[in-house]
Amino acid sequence: MNEPVFIAGTGIISAIGNNVAACLDALQNSRAGMGPMKYLRSAHQQRLPVAEVKLSNEELAALAGLPAVKSRTALLSLVAAKEALSRSGITDVKAWRTGFISANSVGGMDKTENFFNQFLADNRKGRLRDVINHECGSVTELAADALGIKDYISTISTACSSSANSIFLGARLIKNGILDVVVAGGTDSLTRFTLNGFNTLMIVDEQFCQPFDEHRRGLNLGEGAGYVVLVSDKVAATLPDKPGITLSGYCNANDAYHQTASSPEGTGSYLAMSGALKKSGLQPSDIDYINLHGTGTQNNDIAEGTAIKRLFGPHFPKMSSTKTFTGHTLGASGGIEAVFSVMALEHSIVFPNLRLQTPMKDLPFVPVTEVQQNVEMKHVLSNSFGFGGNCSSLIFSKV
Amino acid sequence: MYIRATGNISPQKTFGHPLMNEAPVAYTGNRLSCIEPDYKEFIDPKLIRRMSRIIRMGVAAAMECLKEADVKMPDAIVTGTSYGCLEDTYAFLSKMVEFNEELLTPTAFIQSTHNTIGAQIGLMLQCNNYNNAFVHRGFSFESALLDGMLLLKEKEASHVLVGAIDEIIPTSHTILNRLGLYKQGDVSSLDIYRAGTKGTIAGEGSSFFMLANEASSSDYARLDGMHTFYKPAGAVDIEKQVSSFLEKQGIATGDLDLIITGKNGDQKSDRIYDQPGQSVFAGIPILNYKHLCGEYPTASAFAFWLAANIIKQGKIPAMLQTSGILKPIKRVLVYNHYLNMHHSLFLLSAC
Repeated sequence: MNEPVFIAGTGIISAIGNNVAACLDALQNSRAGMGPMKYLRSAHQQRLPVAEVKLSNEELAALAGLPAVKSRTALLSLVAAKEALSRSGITDVKAWRTGFISANSVGGMDKTENFFNQFLADNRKGRLRDVINHECGSVTELAADALGIKDYISTISTACSSSANSIFLGARLIKNGILDVVVAGGTDSLTRFTLNGFNTLMIVDEQFCQPFDEHRRGLNLGEGAGYVVLVSDKVAATLPDKPGITLSGYCNANDAYHQTASSPEGTGSYLAMSGALKKSGLQPSDIDYINLHGTGTQNNDIAEGTAIKRLFGPHFPKMSSTKTFTGHTLGASGGIEAVFSVMALEHSIVFPNLRLQTPMKDLPFVPVTEVQQNVEMKHVLSNSFGFGGNCSSLIFSKV
Repeated sequence: MYIRATGNISPQKTFGHPLMNEAPVAYTGNRLSCIEPDYKEFIDPKLIRRMSRIIRMGVAAAMECLKEADVKMPDAIVTGTSYGCLEDTYAFLSKMVEFNEELLTPTAFIQSTHNTIGAQIGLMLQCNNYNNAFVHRGFSFESALLDGMLLLKEKEASHVLVGAIDEIIPTSHTILNRLGLYKQGDVSSLDIYRAGTKGTIAGEGSSFFMLANEASSSDYARLDGMHTFYKPAGAVDIEKQVSSFLEKQGIATGDLDLIITGKNGDQKSDRIYDQPGQSVFAGIPILNYKHLCGEYPTASAFAFWLAANIIKQGKIPAMLQTSGILKPIKRVLVYNHYLNMHHSLFLLSAC
């Protein structure tokens, strides 16, 4: 049960690029993905910037090889999962006991919203094909079926920590000898439902977000998908390029404070980070970089920051929130940021926390504001915290 | 591992009435609704007002389970739901469409997330431990159960609260009806297996279980194993999956005292169970349960609860109205499928 679980491949699509190479290029060149709303149709189009994937449903469908009438969430999922598998060196998923564990927050809601336009006026109306994939699990199955994976499929939905939990579960299924290969991560497309939900909470920034800034105003919503291919030692040994990065630590804890707000002291965040360190057998000083949850809300950043202060002080690792590039991609964020964490280790780069002007006065550390190249790193911590107090942390390590 | 305690809200009088010695509650029409308890005993009245129906049902069943287990702080809380909090989702979605994204309030949105029930339980218990939520259609309960079983096996936990919750609301019933899932006309729930028609009856429920690593004197049953398989190729594949699961458990079919299958009255769907019924399950008493709870993605959790109760009592409760099974029931296999996509097997035995 203590065998390592390797990252054999990564795949991503986000507002800053449609694949790993494009996202890396944007990260290296400080190119953020937020802008005026182009694909989502919402009454808030003029007011709220979003971080959209720069492809229409038709273009995404062509990339994914699925019909464009399917949920955008499934299209994003399949594009990123396909890339992850193709980069892993695994040519036949049927050669191993393979699983697909995905996460999302609202399933096929992007289509359900359309259905409701007509259905509410007359409940005999509305195209059923728009509501048939409403369930979160249905979105996962559209991608799993296209990938040909059927040994194990599941879907997790713990709000914004969802896909960190799917990666975590994937590793455990391998360690327990149940699966050999797991494609794990998550996906979410922008929907009016989510945008309006966050808007009613008054935590959406009308400008580009400024996580960990004293004058931060809230988050920008984004969309995308990110997956890692987790493999056992046995599978890793058969691959043309033996993977050099493992998922060495993980922990899931609950803040148990409020349905949507984090406790001021960041109890859940602290427990998740310290639990992940314990699992990996590492000390706080071993962590070279933290990919912050860093949404840009008043509440998250002080809670997360306070927990980091308590756990890591006085010697802080480098840190940044890549949500300054991708926006908050909710159920996809843990997957997307896992891919970024692996990228950081592979390319020895620390990505910047964009637009940081005034560091938070209550915190004794400042995130990295410029790209840093050639940084020797062995261990990267990635945080994902969500509604319902769900807090999960992952640690990726070079072997 | 062991099933220490249960809590179940269903369309039957299952909450606080685990004996099931009464005749089943019969329903006419294609929708079965949960018989809800008086929540005041389990939840602070101030909180009840703020909770939607599914949250109340989830939290109350969980609290009942915790009370019976005499566990104040579980090491993990893992829930499964396919549809999630439909009432809150509908409330927010319909207002959003109706008022063109204006004049919205956050409450329904906040409570619409799929992890709300697990989170509310964690919040009420002030439980900082592991908390996870699975949302995979007919595998939602099975995923949660597997997570719980692994946590025990990994020694990360000694007590895990695992539950499954799904509700039906008028809107989801209308939509699923339009999709052709349900029977039409005045069918009685007690007659669904004999109807020989298309479609099933809609159900819902909230079933929670305390799984424990160590045996105790008050356990319901031992949980020997679970297996799931997705979109089997056909009858031969199903038989192979069942046989290999039993083989891995080191038992022959003759060792089973009872099989609970998930027939739901839909002719086509029920035929799936007939093939293994005539081969691998031949000669073993078979019972069905969906006339009690209806069909829903996490209905297998009701069967899991039923199997645990039957083993605890050692006999079939009166509610199932069977005759001829005299042998004490010590080992039960549950076989359920949802839409012939999500197939699951649970093996439970007497402690």
